[in-house]
Amino acid sequence: MADNKNNPNEVSDTGHEWDGIRELENPPPRWWTISLYLSGLLVLVYFILYPSIPLVTGSTKGLLGWTQIKEYHRGLEEIEAIRAPFEQRLAEMTAQEILDDDEMRNYVVASTRVLYGDNCAACHGVGGQPVPGSGYPILNNDDWLYGGTIDKIVETLAGGRAGMMPGHANLLTEEETDKLVKFVIDASNGEATEAGWKLYNEKGCFACHGADAKGNQMLGAPNLTDRIWRFSGEPAEVRRTILHGVNDASDPRTRIAIMPGFNERLAVKLEAEEFGDDPEDYYDGTETERLSETEIKKLAVFVHQFGGGQ
Amino acid sequence: MTDPEHRSNISTIDIYEEVSDWDVNAGGDKVVAKRMTGRFRKLKWFGMSVWLVYFLGPYLRWDGQQAVLFDIPNRQFHFFSVTVYPQDIWMLSLTLLFFAILLAAVTSIAGRVFCGYFCFQTVWTDVYTWIETRLEGDSPQKAMKFKSAPMSLGKLSRITLKHALWLIIAMLTGLSFAAWFTDAFQLWKDYFTLQAAMPAWIVLGMFTAGTYVFAGFMREQVCFWLCPYARLQSVMYDQDTLLPAYDAERGEPRGKLKKGQLDSAKGSCIDCRMCVAVCPTGIDIRKGQQEGCITCGLCIDACDTIMEKTNQPKGLVRYASYKELHHKHEAAPIFKRPRVMIYGLILMISCGGVVYGFTNLTPTEFNVMPERQPLYVQLSDGSIQNKYTLRLLNKTQHPIEVQYQISGLEGATLHGLDDLVYIEPGRMNQVIALVRLEEEAINQAISPLIFTAEVIEGPDIQIRYESMFMAPN
Repeated sequence: MADNKNNPNEVSDTGHEWDGIRELENPPPRWWTISLYLSGLLVLVYFILYPSIPLVTGSTKGLLGWTQIKEYHRGLEEIEAIRAPFEQRLAEMTAQEILDDDEMRNYVVASTRVLYGDNCAACHGVGGQPVPGSGYPILNNDDWLYGGTIDKIVETLAGGRAGMMPGHANLLTEEETDKLVKFVIDASNGEATEAGWKLYNEKGCFACHGADAKGNQMLGAPNLTDRIWRFSGEPAEVRRTILHGVNDASDPRTRIAIMPGFNERLAVKLEAEEFGDDPEDYYDGTETERLSETEIKKLAVFVHQFGGGQ
Repeated sequence: MTDPEHRSNISTIDIYEEVSDWDVNAGGDKVVAKRMTGRFRKLKWFGMSVWLVYFLGPYLRWDGQQAVLFDIPNRQFHFFSVTVYPQDIWMLSLTLLFFAILLAAVTSIAGRVFCGYFCFQTVWTDVYTWIETRLEGDSPQKAMKFKSAPMSLGKLSRITLKHALWLIIAMLTGLSFAAWFTDAFQLWKDYFTLQAAMPAWIVLGMFTAGTYVFAGFMREQVCFWLCPYARLQSVMYDQDTLLPAYDAERGEPRGKLKKGQLDSAKGSCIDCRMCVAVCPTGIDIRKGQQEGCITCGLCIDACDTIMEKTNQPKGLVRYASYKELHHKHEAAPIFKRPRVMIYGLILMISCGGVVYGFTNLTPTEFNVMPERQPLYVQLSDGSIQNKYTLRLLNKTQHPIEVQYQISGLEGATLHGLDDLVYIEPGRMNQVIALVRLEEEAINQAISPLIFTAEVIEGPDIQIRYESMFMAPN
């Protein structure tokens, strides 16, 4: 370390003086000078090792070949290496087995949030609860149109769903419509009248919704006697559903409610297995696979764990 | 901007008048302190010996395991029979608070005791300079003579021996540090078979280099220019603080002995400069309190020896407070000094907290987190369902089986947790609980709900967690 112990009165100055304080011409301490040159050297080394000088197209690459995207990919590889043993086991397990295994279930619940957010949350909401009045099915209650077992959820995810209720505008008088609307709302509250039941049966509603109006999961026909509304419990909305139906191609005012299939190939396979047939005979080559089979299983477990799974 | 009328009349000469008295120890001249025996030298050896714990501690065993082990990969701290998990980290905060305040309290009472007797910088420097003075001479003159002597086999072997000993101490320092974080015996094996993990090598390398450079070459420069504590000392001292000080009223005017006889016209100080010669940071205590003083008391030993030889009373340089030196009365007793009392109070609180923590370590950690999105769900029968994530950490050494229950909310039922939950030692278990409440039983938007975790298989533990049940208004 260079020490300037010289008497300031004997050191020449730059001629700058401010309130009696002179700017002396002492050299800076040696360690300081060395540090300055070293930091300059560091910049030079950095320029050689890393991308630094901007050119017309791109920049110099640097000896290390470092790029941000490479670092990102390395990070991604790291996390995938941690997940790999779990993912491998997942591929070999059925959704039901995953559900029964504490460790795997916790892994899926923790790691599937992003997948759910990318593919499902837009309609069904982040926690399985869609925006009220949006008309998308709620995933975290115990009311399932097609069944809430893990296998049924896999089936729904794979093949998608499109329920169908014909519009009744041409079959009902104004008065009958009013009565049916009232019946449906009363039924939900457990207050349906005899007259209501009579009209319900007369108009053939039981064909899909059942003689006890508790719905039919084979058809995706909702239960009319519970407190959950597939669309809305407002009289005007109930009226619209009765008059114009759901997914009724002949009625331009019908409700559109279609869930796309996320792995049609898996849906076809499941169907074939149900009948004990070889899936290869069933494929026609047009089946889409937006998500892998493992991803479907993970999502099914994730949805099942919202609290409504059966 | 400067008005010439009001320009200061002080010339630049006046401003820099004192500059010739400035004595800045920036390491230009190497301090070679003479070694003398005495009370404070003995005290210093005693203080330094505390560091043996640092070197020997890791080899202590308890129940077949390392007694004190900071197991970072497993996030556990083993302290004899106790295992501390990160959840109990608040005890570490209190421990740190305790030592920080202890430092301030001790400084307020008796100055930089830590610097003088315990600080790793001064302790390691003392050992390093002990080796150096043994080999190269214990005064600046002898050291200079050694340095300027022509290179010979004897000189070379002495220099080599010095650096070899320094490096051995430095490496032992690094190895001992690493040994607190992993099994000490295994660590030795790993180092010698070159199988040690990368962090172990890095620790060894950094500590070896750090010790060698800091204690071997930088020495008191670290105290002067790197250590923040030296800069804070002036706010921790007061007029009652005991410090090694020169009694100027008795000592001045100083003067050499004439023909071995004391001159009655002069003070007690015979200007032998022994106090300067023994000072490890190279200061002159007779100039008063200064940042370089680490209060090691070696100048007291030196001066007392001289006083004895010249048949004068000891204590020309002694531990004395500002009040004692300037007003000729004793410092206020410790219990009458508010600063010491407040420090003492904080010390007691933090110490009590740590003792409480160690005696009340919970064997489990239980957490209930209600689902926020959505807060509640209506089910088909009209009842309201809330979802909770239950987390239970098993901090015992044995597996446990837990039964969850709810209480405190009339009509609420727990679903999805019928089975006992099995938890391995040291593991966190996470389960989802669903709580349902009949529509008729709902009378408010937020109701208190208590979760209970009862350990069925294992130690007799029952833990409560107060949570909330949310319902529509």
